[in-house]
Amino acid sequence: MRTRLVVLGLLVALLLVACGGGGTETAPAESSAPTTPEPVAEVEPAQEIQFFNWSEYIDPDIYEIFEDEYGIRVVESNFASNEEMLAKLQGGATGYDLIVPSDYTVAIMIEEGMLAELDHANIPNLENLSPRFRQVPYDPGNKYCVPYQWGTTGIGYNSALIDEPTSWAVLFDPDPNAPYYGRAMMLDDPREGMAAALVYLGYDINTTDEAQLEEAKQALLRAKPALAGYDSDQFDDLLAAGETVLTHGWNGDILVAQEENLDVAYTIPQEGGVVWIDNVCIPNTVTPERKKAAEIFINFLLRQDIGVLLSEFNYYASPNAAAEEMLDEEFLSDPAVYPPPQVLDKLQYIEPLGDFESVYQRIWDEVKAAR
Amino acid sequence: MSSSPSAPEAKQRPPHRDLRGALRAHLGGMLLSSHAVLLYIFLYLPIVVLVVFSFNDSRFLAKWGGATFRWYGELAGDTQVAYALWNSLFIAVLSTFISTVIGTLAAMAMERYRFHGQLAMDALLYLPIIIPDIAMAIMLLIWFNLSGVGFTPWKVELFGLRLAVPYSVIIGHVSFNISFVAIVVRARLADMDRALEEAAQDLYANSWQTFRRVLLPMMMPGIVAGALLAFTLSMDDFVITFFTSGAGFNTLTVYVFGLVKKGVTPKINAISTLMVVFSLALVGLARLLQKGGEGAPVDVDLF
Repeated sequence: MRTRLVVLGLLVALLLVACGGGGTETAPAESSAPTTPEPVAEVEPAQEIQFFNWSEYIDPDIYEIFEDEYGIRVVESNFASNEEMLAKLQGGATGYDLIVPSDYTVAIMIEEGMLAELDHANIPNLENLSPRFRQVPYDPGNKYCVPYQWGTTGIGYNSALIDEPTSWAVLFDPDPNAPYYGRAMMLDDPREGMAAALVYLGYDINTTDEAQLEEAKQALLRAKPALAGYDSDQFDDLLAAGETVLTHGWNGDILVAQEENLDVAYTIPQEGGVVWIDNVCIPNTVTPERKKAAEIFINFLLRQDIGVLLSEFNYYASPNAAAEEMLDEEFLSDPAVYPPPQVLDKLQYIEPLGDFESVYQRIWDEVKAAR
Repeated sequence: MSSSPSAPEAKQRPPHRDLRGALRAHLGGMLLSSHAVLLYIFLYLPIVVLVVFSFNDSRFLAKWGGATFRWYGELAGDTQVAYALWNSLFIAVLSTFISTVIGTLAAMAMERYRFHGQLAMDALLYLPIIIPDIAMAIMLLIWFNLSGVGFTPWKVELFGLRLAVPYSVIIGHVSFNISFVAIVVRARLADMDRALEEAAQDLYANSWQTFRRVLLPMMMPGIVAGALLAFTLSMDDFVITFFTSGAGFNTLTVYVFGLVKKGVTPKINAISTLMVVFSLALVGLARLLQKGGEGAPVDVDLF
């Protein structure tokens, strides 16, 4: 009997809350509508911003310096993948003023109208960005987002056992007598795996040409006898531990492996590779005050000294040309961080393909299932 | 208790020694105990590995780089991890308490009373257990959003301590933990002899006294087991926590999963080790309380 009452009570409460919530939700939307078209310049920045970021992707000292200088507190919470972050925001989560999506996720969010347009008047430090990051394909002119850090997908290898691979042929036309034969590894990721094969063949990594995709599939099948497996989580551990000799992987992970095993090295073969960029963006659910504060923070992140702090903390390449001037020569010439200029122009972005993604997934499944 | 019914059986056996039977019993015993040992190894070896590698002076699991305490040192100075750990514990304690109370009441209602719609309620009670986490998480997210309840933690000041109470996460955790508690407590209730309650009432105990003096002490092992289960599930949860938490709020699980960019270091092993120690202490404490309290000799079987 008691539980029945409780359930009834809960249902009533739910209904009440639902009605009440609906009412209050529409009210501020209407009242804030007339304020937004007015010039935003006079808006006072909020005292606090909510930063939705990956864990340990920023030096905590940066928050302290920012608060000292601007009186704005940055509160960080974390997400673990682009997909989760996207799902949460699409589900209606609000309160985040600054998010860090990767390139292909930015494309999706722009298409869905989830991002607020940046007011460049508040971000004069955009000047500091290298020209190539002012014109990224998913957001030309930095209308919605500003590159945060970037990296590449290439080949990690054990330099004590093999010479630096200069071509993706080491994977796709493997030499059965090479020390890496049977001890190589590829990322377990349909887009990354296909991209490696397509780059080797000289094609666009976002191709929808069936013949090119078939060729890529054949290349992936040729690679298979040389592979110890497909893995996206442990490949760096295995390379550092000497279990594998050659691995298709992300530069950041290989770099960490280098700390453990000095023989580990990273290279991008002459055909090119994949480049990814993480970006800071503002969701369109923010209030003008919070947007202003977030833009001030973006501008702060683009400052020369802060760009240096960022890269020194997370070991990823900086899109900030001004910061690069102050970074260690050793850091800038490390191929695991900065690709050499001759391959820089050959890097390609993975772009969202919508429904066509399933074709990539199918081919990848077929490759993995093949004997 | 369980050995008493077999006692008369043993007496009926012929007095002379049945060698083959004894041998079989011996072999059976050996197999059984080795099975138990293997089972414990299976369950605890990963934890041992985890603990050992929390002292690893290399940031990789696959490589042993000598022993060190540095990860524990780093942990001590890491306010972000401390904040996330505090949040995890805070949510776990509160949601365990709430769901244990509601879950126990629900179990009693289902087991001791008959009412309209009981069958439907029964099915509903199991729902959060069988429903995939992600579906429940998205439902909760949409519900909090559409209902206007929102996600922003309440800021409370208690004895000079500034607390953020993430009610949305707590509601989320309670909503799945109730079911687990209810099922465990209900199993205990089903085993209990109803005659004891009737006897209490025959001796003029009112319904409160019957509950307090008879039912509750006997249910206690089930309640404790349910609460421990709820606590563990709450500490462990990522999906529902992630989707129901407001901006600026992190738990340990969310923090650890977010480390994909930088890679998980033995620092996480160090936190996990501390949590294992903490959990063991909790179980030990629960056992101690069970032995000391109430006087009623109840057999605690937590596992």
